[in-house]
Amino acid sequence: MTAPGIREADTASLDAREAISTPEQSARARFLRRFKRQVPALIALGYLVLVVLSALCAPLLATHDPLQQNLAGVLQPPGGGHVLGTDDLGRDVFSRALYAGRISLVAAAQAVAVAVLLGVIPGLVAGYAGRRVDAVIMRVTDALMSFPPLILAIAFVGVLGPSLTNAMFVIGVIFAPRFVRLVRGTVLSIREESFIEASRSIGTPTPRVIWRHVLPNALSPLIVQISLTAAMAMLAEASLSFLGLGVQPPDASWGSMIERGFRYTAAAPWLTIFPGLLIALTVLAFNLLGDGLRDSLGREIRRGS
Amino acid sequence: MTEPLLVVDGLEVQFATEDGWVTVLDKVSFSVERGETVGLVGESGSGKTVTSLSILGLLPRESSRVTAGSIRLDGVELVGMPKHKLELLRGDEISMIFQEPMTSLDPAFRVGDQIAEVVRRHRGCSRRQAWARAVEVLTTVGIPHAETRARSYPHEFSGGMRQRVMIAMALSCEPKVIIADEPTTALDVTIQAQVLDLLRAMRDEFGTAVVFVTHDLGVVADICDRAVVMYAGQVVEQAQIDDLYDRPRHPYTEALLSAMPQLTARSGRLATIPGATPPAGSMPTGCRFHPRCAHVVDECREGDRDGRVAARTLDGGGLSRCLRVGDLVLKGSA
Amino acid sequence: MLRYTLRRVLMIVPLLFLVSLGVFALVLLIPGDPAITISGENATEAQIDATRERLGLNDPVLVQYAAWAGNALTGDLGSSLFSNESVSGAIMGRFPVTVAVTIAAMIVALLIAVPAGIIAALRRGHWQDRGATLFASVGISLPNFWVGILLIMAFALAVPIFPAVGYTPITEGVGEWARGLVLPGLTLGMAVAAEITRQLRGSLSDVMQQDFIRTARANGLRGRAVIAKHGLKNAAVPVVTVIGFQIGFLLGGSVIVERVFGLPGLGDLAIRSVLQRDIPMIQGIVVVTALIVMLVNLVVDLSYGWLNPKVRQA
Repeated sequence: MTAPGIREADTASLDAREAISTPEQSARARFLRRFKRQVPALIALGYLVLVVLSALCAPLLATHDPLQQNLAGVLQPPGGGHVLGTDDLGRDVFSRALYAGRISLVAAAQAVAVAVLLGVIPGLVAGYAGRRVDAVIMRVTDALMSFPPLILAIAFVGVLGPSLTNAMFVIGVIFAPRFVRLVRGTVLSIREESFIEASRSIGTPTPRVIWRHVLPNALSPLIVQISLTAAMAMLAEASLSFLGLGVQPPDASWGSMIERGFRYTAAAPWLTIFPGLLIALTVLAFNLLGDGLRDSLGREIRRGS
Repeated sequence: MTEPLLVVDGLEVQFATEDGWVTVLDKVSFSVERGETVGLVGESGSGKTVTSLSILGLLPRESSRVTAGSIRLDGVELVGMPKHKLELLRGDEISMIFQEPMTSLDPAFRVGDQIAEVVRRHRGCSRRQAWARAVEVLTTVGIPHAETRARSYPHEFSGGMRQRVMIAMALSCEPKVIIADEPTTALDVTIQAQVLDLLRAMRDEFGTAVVFVTHDLGVVADICDRAVVMYAGQVVEQAQIDDLYDRPRHPYTEALLSAMPQLTARSGRLATIPGATPPAGSMPTGCRFHPRCAHVVDECREGDRDGRVAARTLDGGGLSRCLRVGDLVLKGSA
Repeated sequence: MLRYTLRRVLMIVPLLFLVSLGVFALVLLIPGDPAITISGENATEAQIDATRERLGLNDPVLVQYAAWAGNALTGDLGSSLFSNESVSGAIMGRFPVTVAVTIAAMIVALLIAVPAGIIAALRRGHWQDRGATLFASVGISLPNFWVGILLIMAFALAVPIFPAVGYTPITEGVGEWARGLVLPGLTLGMAVAAEITRQLRGSLSDVMQQDFIRTARANGLRGRAVIAKHGLKNAAVPVVTVIGFQIGFLLGGSVIVERVFGLPGLGDLAIRSVLQRDIPMIQGIVVVTALIVMLVNLVVDLSYGWLNPKVRQA
């Protein structure tokens, strides 16, 4: 005789009911409450706001004209009239770094924008269209992902000609598959859920379903992915500019400042240390922000708010 | 009179929570004789699994602690035993079978290797001897074509067969005690019966003592000599199996029995005990069962002088933690 | 297992086709007339025509692709527009340097990541875990050329233990060769170490919560054996996946590291070709590196079969 007695599930469901009966919190309130506890992400956000502000206000904050050469005072160490010293043409490193920050940030934003634009639409199509279209789109993203990113970027820039716009467009293309996969995954999981079934059965046209259900659900993971992609784009821009394939003189980004400073490693280490620190901190901030957002969004990503 | 094989004496266990240490086992005492099968019965949250894990020293070391009491296996104190010594006892003198046969075996290794690994650890024999022993115990637990099946991976077995493998692993070093934690709960009813038959046969063949942890009084009636009923971290009743069914001495046991569906009366709805086990850390004063008890009186809320209810020893060796044990006549399973 | 292997190997074919198509299309992306671009701004009309003929640019695009892909399949990737050196020959000549740097980086990464990941997973929430997590976040955020320059400042200029630039072939002494690879390996390996630490921490701490770990402990297996055998083998699949992904990153990163440390590898060749717009060379390098990434992914996928027996049936 092995008849079941009191099922464990009985007490479990009681607990669940209790949990539900607690006042329902809106998804946003829960997100804010969780995000407020993510100290590293909050610091990162503060830092990023500061960096963006200082890039915006570069003309106000700069102590010198970033392009003003002074051949009488080249490679001056930090201190004195120049907070962070001068470069090989006697230009003020601090002022140059402020303006270079503008270029680095805008470049990263361009790449992310390209990646999102090129990723979201194919992702939606792959998720919604039939199996064949889906297979083709996924094979293409697979192929794109089997190129080593930096090598592909170098090749494209080599063919198109070195310029920051070309470089960032290519970086965007290379990061697009991440967004394709993310959006496709969201569509597929939401398609299974009953509320979409319901909307479809009352005849809501597909674009509306996408606008009302799919995009809002994909938004949270998209924001996380955007933050992490911004970090990678910034590193990629720095790398390409370091190789001389990104920003072209007389413009400068933090990466190209290091490239120039690299020639004076022994004589003027500050030329590489300071811009590198700025890149590292900004990339770290984007990464920490992305991680913090992901952790605070937590369950909503899986369940769909 | 020599001591029983396994003695749990006044065991008190605490868990770390956000509000500090919370007592989850309150002076749990019971014992198991050689070759005896004892049922440890209760709902989830009653402390039955915590009790069995603490016997093996498997509770997480950082978030739990034994604050009082003693666990003795064959006269050897297990509480406070150094980790490496306890490891040598586990799987050798005392072993455990878990509830989830689907996830309790390592998916990345052949089942024969997993059993042989345990044999080598405790017997120190050669690889070949250990493998032979693994095949032997797999045969014993009724795995057909054990030599070839030993080379299979866990996912190639059904749930019932995996539970047989788990039993084989537990038996591989001929332990004195096996703790079986809900070994049949995750299985289909027919498979449940087969696994119970196997456990009974193994007990009879090797004289192994078994602690059978379950929420299912039906299974207890089927296999156990004696039952220890737990509620909210306390032992509330202990009795020989026939006495427990004929004449329960604690209202919680009565409730469990009435919630047990009768094979003869299938038509009715499954009875349940209203309410839920109180969470550790916010136990009611007096009798812990009083908020759910059908026979509650004012004294139950007060308890004995210290605000608790002490266990009462009964004629015939039983035990009950009910204030009204003297005047209540409770309904057994007819 | 055999069927699984075959199927996985066959899956490469369409991928290879798409990759070759993409690489070939690079030529089509050249703004304006590629013949003019390639011949140089001061080329005469006759020179431009010659270039056009040599590259087959007068043929229809599909014919051009077929010719290029057919040659590529036989290992003929064309020849450099500047030195007339064969592309495959140039790549083979540079290859050992890049492989050495990549392997050095992977060794550095594993030496750091495996202990760090295990300790972080086992001491979850403690300072060791927080330290490893911080290292992982910082490690993936550092621009590797900057790390390389800092390492040169510290260990080649301030305390000259390692060479700042240059490559010693292994034929001229294993010791010197290895010494020259330490700083490049550290530079390139840092980010990979961070990535692997992160993944190993996550998957090992998940595995350690599994029921079968409890079974192993309940049967008296030694704590260390439980982690090393049952823990690591089950945690390995996502970690090996990440290691595979990193190969692409390493090949790209080697471009930068070779630049910083003056190593004559594939990356150095890539930069040179890009600055000269040596299209066949660029195409060759992209094809070869993509092929390497695909092969590594194949090996990774096949290793799943060993790590996770369930995969073999699929």
